[in-house]
Order: sequence, then C-alpha cells, then structure tokens
Amino acid sequence: MKVEAIIRPERLDQVKKALEEKGFVGMTVGEVTGRGEQKGIKLQFRGRTMNVDLLPKIRIELIVKDDRVDELIETISASARTGRPGDGRIFVIPVARSVRVRTGEEVM
Amino acid sequence: MVLDSGDTAFILVATAMVMLMTPGVGLFYGGLVRKKDVVSMIGLSFLALALVSIQWVLVGYSLSFGTDIAGFIGGLDFLGLRGVGMDAGDGTIPGLLFMAFQLVFAGITLAIITSAVAERVRIGSFIVFGLLWTTLVYDPLAHWAWGGGWASQLGALDFAGGTVVHISSGFGALALALVIGKRIGFGDQDMEPHNIPMTMLGAALLWFGWFGFNAGSALAANGLAANAFVVTNTSAAAGALAWLFASWVKGKPSALGMVSGGIAGLVAITPAAGFVDTMSAIVIGAVAGVLCYMALLFRVGKGLDESLDAWAVHGMGGLWGAIATGIFAIEAVGGYSGLLQGNVDQFIAQVIGAVAAVVYAFVVTYALAKIVDATMGLRVTEDEEYVGLDISQHGEKAYA
Repeated sequence: MKVEAIIRPERLDQVKKALEEKGFVGMTVGEVTGRGEQKGIKLQFRGRTMNVDLLPKIRIELIVKDDRVDELIETISASARTGRPGDGRIFVIPVARSVRVRTGEEVM
Repeated sequence: MVLDSGDTAFILVATAMVMLMTPGVGLFYGGLVRKKDVVSMIGLSFLALALVSIQWVLVGYSLSFGTDIAGFIGGLDFLGLRGVGMDAGDGTIPGLLFMAFQLVFAGITLAIITSAVAERVRIGSFIVFGLLWTTLVYDPLAHWAWGGGWASQLGALDFAGGTVVHISSGFGALALALVIGKRIGFGDQDMEPHNIPMTMLGAALLWFGWFGFNAGSALAANGLAANAFVVTNTSAAAGALAWLFASWVKGKPSALGMVSGGIAGLVAITPAAGFVDTMSAIVIGAVAGVLCYMALLFRVGKGLDESLDAWAVHGMGGLWGAIATGIFAIEAVGGYSGLLQGNVDQFIAQVIGAVAAVVYAFVVTYALAKIVDATMGLRVTEDEEYVGLDISQHGEKAYA
C-alpha cells in the first residue's frame, strides 16, 4: 500500500523521527501548497477580511506492506497532530507493482 | 574654514557607500529568516532608512549635533536643518554633507535592531517604536560621543560608532527581544536560514560599505582615512577566519559563520579605526570573531530568541571594540595612547563610555518597547505569524 500524508511543514522533523523509531525508513517528501475545509486562514486587515487560501504543506509518501498500514497511520497522526485546523490528511492507496530501478526486480 | 574639494568628493562617495549598508543589513537578515518573512525582513531595513532620513532632517540632527544641553542632548538650533548649509563651517566639507554622512549612520543603526523582532513584528508598531527609538536612544548617544556631550568631554573615543551604532543597536535588540518574546515554535521547530547566499550578498555590501563608514569618519581624504581603511579590512579578515576556525572545531567550517565573523571584525574595529595600527587590528578582529561566536552560542543556549544575533555580533562586538580602543590606541596613529602605552586613564574612559551606553540603550529600549507593546501591540496575531509577515503585513510574496 502507498500511504500519502499531507502535514504541517513545521511537524516534519517530529514525524520523520517518529517514523524512524518505528522502522519506517524509506520515504519521499515534497513541498506542496493546499487548502482544506476551512479554505485557508482568514486574516483581519483594516476591518476587512483577507483570506490566505493556499498554505504551505509537506507531502510524505511511503510504500508499506498491508499489515503495517494501521501502525503507520497511527504514527503519522500522533506525531503530526497539533489539534488545530490544518493538521492535514492521510490517504491509503493500493500499489499495483513496485520495481527497484537498480536491479529491475519486483519488490514489495 | 575653507571648503576642500578632495575631502568633499570623498565624503560624498563615503555617504553613498554607507547608505548601501542599510539594504545590506536587510539582505543579511533576509537570508536568515524563513521564506515566508523575507520581504518583511528586507522591507524593515528600507523602512528604517526612510523613517530616519525624515526624522534626522527634521529633529534628529539637531538633537545630536545642536548646542550641548547638560552634556546629554543637543539643542534645537538646527531644527529643520536651519543654518545647515553649503559652506564648510568648522570643517572642510559642507555642513549639509556632514549632516548627510551622519544621517546614514543613524539609518543603519535602526535597521540593525530589527533582528530582535524578525518574523513577528507589526509594521505599524515598528514605525512608532522606530521613531521613538532613534529620537530617544540614538540621538542622545550620538550627542554624547560626537556632538560635544559628556562622553566626549570625558575623553571616551569612538571613531566611527562602536558605541553609538553597535552597542546601542545590539543591546537595544536584546531588550526588544525580551519584550516581544520568542517566535512561535522557537526551540522545537526548524528555523534554519532559508537563503545563505542572500546573507552573504548582504555581508558583501556591508564589508564594502564599511570602508565608507570607517575611512569616511576621518572626515577628510587623508592618511588617517587610509589607516582606517586598512585596519577595517584587516580586522574583518581576522574576524572571518577566527569564526570560521572556531566553527570548524565544533563541526564543519561554516560559510555563514565566516561572514558573521567578518561582520564581528568590522564592528569591533569601528570605534578603533582612527586610533590603532594594522597589527593591533589583527588581534581586535580575531578576538571579536571568537567572542561574538561564543556570545551567539550563549544566546542560543539560554533559549533567547534575539533572532538574528544583533546582540551577539553588534552588541558584544561593539563593547569589545570600545574597550579594545582603550587598550590598543597608539599616539602615532590618532594622537591618543591606550593601555599598552601605559595610559590607564584612556582605558577607564573607554570602559565608562561603553558601559554607560550599554545601560542606557538597554533600559530606554526596554521602556519604549513596553510602552509601544502596551498601547499598540508589538506582535502580529498567531495566525498572521503562522502565515508569515510577507502576506499578513505586506500582501506580497518573495517567491512565486
């Protein structure tokens, strides 16, 4: 399975550390921007409301065996959570095949 | 006196060079913050220059260089530049040019202090604080050292602003940081510099401009200016190498550390540039590099968010430079001798002048910051800080 998590940039260090402690080592990390149900952050500016809708986020992708998916979700959630809107989302996506480039072998 | 065209030409150029240092501070600081706050950080330096440029021609110059009142402040004789003209007056350059040269010093000093409020200050509050600070902290200190105030009467030497510019902004920044408080997440989030080449470009502009700053402070195109020029470069180089090697001992030789050490060396030689020789400049710069690096580590260890180290580099570097002037001054350069030539009085005068500036800058800055914080609020809201000052304060972004 592929687990894709959108998290706050400032939580990346904690998430990485937590994943490593649980033995999740391989990952792909990218900088993205996005918005959720709150449509970003509203700022009061001279009595007007200004909306900053696309906020910087980090996307982490990991490929794991099915039986470790729950543990992985739990680890990311716990380490990425601040309890305030904007903590992000986790998606689980099936992976059809996985090939190691160096050797051409199928790995899962 | 008669106007000298060589002196006038040189100080015109030196003034323009020092002006360029203020955006240099902005770029230096801008590279050190996160990318959501870089427009704000560079903008604060330009804002400091613009604010002081108006304040200085209206009242600042008069408060600093007007007729002495009780050794503390200048009178209002030059209010709105009344009587400041194109003639040479007491020197060999036009009064207007002397005024402009002093103006750019006042401008960069306010820019240096923005270190303390990086990534969290409300721009409106900074404007009010900045005007109060330059009027009530910078102007008196400039008067004490250069405008005929008590420090110059005592004989405390400050060639180009170690006390007036660097102690004032450095210890002011320390007080300001204590009032405004830490950035959200300071200590547990990653706050690495977002663009070290930008900081190095800022350092390059500072190093270049510093030749105008120190050599120009001779106020003439003469041998003393040449001495100031050479000791300035020497001290900067010694500071850069010292910090580089000090950081090497703890890990990798840091490029950021090297340019920070260069600034530390430049700061430390500033008060001494017209009084010491080149061999002493090596010692002054090298000590500054190590001392300021240790001050930075101390600051970080204390968990204090004086974010971009104006205190460690300018405050401590300026304090060392003021004292070093009292140690290394030699008669042959500027006509004053220091501790090494057996003149204890000069050393004591330097210590008194420096310590008084430390105490005055810290206490008055703390009080001004408290007043502005209580009335307007120095800080942006939590959401504005999270989104970044570029968007929340300016509605602009550094990088598309």
